[in-house]
Amino acid sequence: MQGCGLRLTANAKHRMEEMSRYRNDGEALARLVEADRVHRDVYTDPEIFQLEMERLWRRTWVYAGHASQLPNPGDFITVEIAQNPLIVIRHTDGSVRVLKNRCAHKGSKLVGEPAGNAGKLLRCPYHAWAYRTDGSLMNIPLRQGYEGTRLQETAASRGLDVVPNVELYRGFIFVRLAGEGIGFREYFGDSLSSIDNLADRSPEGELEITGGCLRYLHNCNWKMFVENLNDTMHPMIAHASSAGTAKRLWADKPPELPKPMAIEQYVPFASDYKFFDDMGVRVYAHGHSFSGVNFSIHSSYSAIPEYEQSLQRAYGPERARQILGTVRHNTVYYPSLTIKGAIQSIRVARPLAADRTLIESWTFRLKGAPERLLQRTIMYNRLINSPMSVVGHDDLHCYRSIQEGLAASGNEWVSLHRNFDPSEAGTAERTTNGTSEISMRNQFRAWREFMAAR
Amino acid sequence: MSLPAQELIGFVLREARLLDERRFDEWYELFAEDGHYWVPASPHQPDPLNHNSLAYEDRLLLKLRIERLKSPLAYSQRPASRGHHLLQTPEVERSDPARGEHLTRTQLIYTETRGDDSQRYAATAWHTLVATPAGLRIRLKRVDLLNCDAALPSIQLFL
Repeated sequence: MQGCGLRLTANAKHRMEEMSRYRNDGEALARLVEADRVHRDVYTDPEIFQLEMERLWRRTWVYAGHASQLPNPGDFITVEIAQNPLIVIRHTDGSVRVLKNRCAHKGSKLVGEPAGNAGKLLRCPYHAWAYRTDGSLMNIPLRQGYEGTRLQETAASRGLDVVPNVELYRGFIFVRLAGEGIGFREYFGDSLSSIDNLADRSPEGELEITGGCLRYLHNCNWKMFVENLNDTMHPMIAHASSAGTAKRLWADKPPELPKPMAIEQYVPFASDYKFFDDMGVRVYAHGHSFSGVNFSIHSSYSAIPEYEQSLQRAYGPERARQILGTVRHNTVYYPSLTIKGAIQSIRVARPLAADRTLIESWTFRLKGAPERLLQRTIMYNRLINSPMSVVGHDDLHCYRSIQEGLAASGNEWVSLHRNFDPSEAGTAERTTNGTSEISMRNQFRAWREFMAAR
Repeated sequence: MSLPAQELIGFVLREARLLDERRFDEWYELFAEDGHYWVPASPHQPDPLNHNSLAYEDRLLLKLRIERLKSPLAYSQRPASRGHHLLQTPEVERSDPARGEHLTRTQLIYTETRGDDSQRYAATAWHTLVATPAGLRIRLKRVDLLNCDAALPSIQLFL
């Protein structure tokens, strides 16, 4: 028995050393990402996941929610970002505040529901410490009990931890948890044009999240999902059984028969390599990208004349044509948010562990647009992003297969060589052929930049 | 046309059995021309068109799903999933003999397995059945999952 115990202790020590292979070794970390390939540990290693939360996800601008979810003072949503439970709340002065969902007293979360209204104060369910909607401390029961104690010298006496770096862009709420770091505009640069296009598609220039949320649990690393958004070499293969079947079911129908919306949405996934290559892809500094520079799988949907007319009335024919002519596929706001302007839906990656990720899919109503447009959005979200989606099933099957396949000994590297050009590393913005793996290389360049710094 | 409750109950039981025996083509034929299969994503969800659902499929989309299951290219079905419905006796909730329309409510436990993975769900199924010359057909099968708004893994067959 004693021998067994000793062996366990030795194993535990070995495990501890294994666990900190990267935290204190910047060179080892940097070696995981080469210009054209990455080491499997970036997807599978729990220590890397922990470092990603601390370095990448706290130092970058991460999507928290949309202002339309908080129409009235006291309205809040809860979200977890980089292991921090947060409350995003409309303060009494109308501004959006982001607070840590952690009572200053003993640490209880103040609210547990995904969304609600707090009224004028957040009150802890345990000992009734109460805070204003900007996080400042309002009241502690039997306050005299703290007279003469050191509570006044601590942060707890001021109230909740406030996330100071919050930016709203066309209603999209982003936070940077790290106190110091890159500015919002510098971080996203011209990639914000995709959010502009989404919001501009509303005749009133405003979006409203509506229709609830689809929450799809992925048993894979978050990066597999995010990389896939601009992976244009997989649809014709992974989705052959769904989009290919849709194509076949409609193949013998007379051309004058109007195509059902569902067929219009499914079939383009089965497009050929040339289609996706000609779509084009554009990358920006700090990991952002979009595919569908020239057109996309959303370009051939049937027109909705009353919508186009309302847009022309709002913007004039030239500007309306420009807005509707921008039909991007997916835009990745690295690392958390991916949007589809042309279909008015977004997918948000919420990493839970190295091999667990929650994907939330949300839908927008374009204010002032006809109902049929929202129904197209809702249908697309259901067909593609639901846990019951036949498109999603095959995607997730592939991600999970990677998660398991990477355990193989021997080759420890993941190839990102397609259309690699050594000069691409130094450019802030670059547009190239759609089937290039440049968007993934670009993400990992940002990954290495944020992960390397201590 | 008035129908004995036993006929409605028998229909619901048979419908689940066809699913569990993977007789999807026969199952498909149970749906009326305007029939739908609906799995809401929120409790008390008012409608399937303006609100996100886990599934809302007409006959065309059901056909697509069934044909895909037969495809060797359906990678997420290698290995294939198996489904199992454990039903409580359906209750006839409402009958409108004049319109030939009937509503049944069925409590159920649904299990879906694939390889070593197994999922289990508590649900209530609502069948809106319509009498046609060819027999009873489904106008709407709505399945309310108890945890429809939870983070869910892939559910690949029919609830």
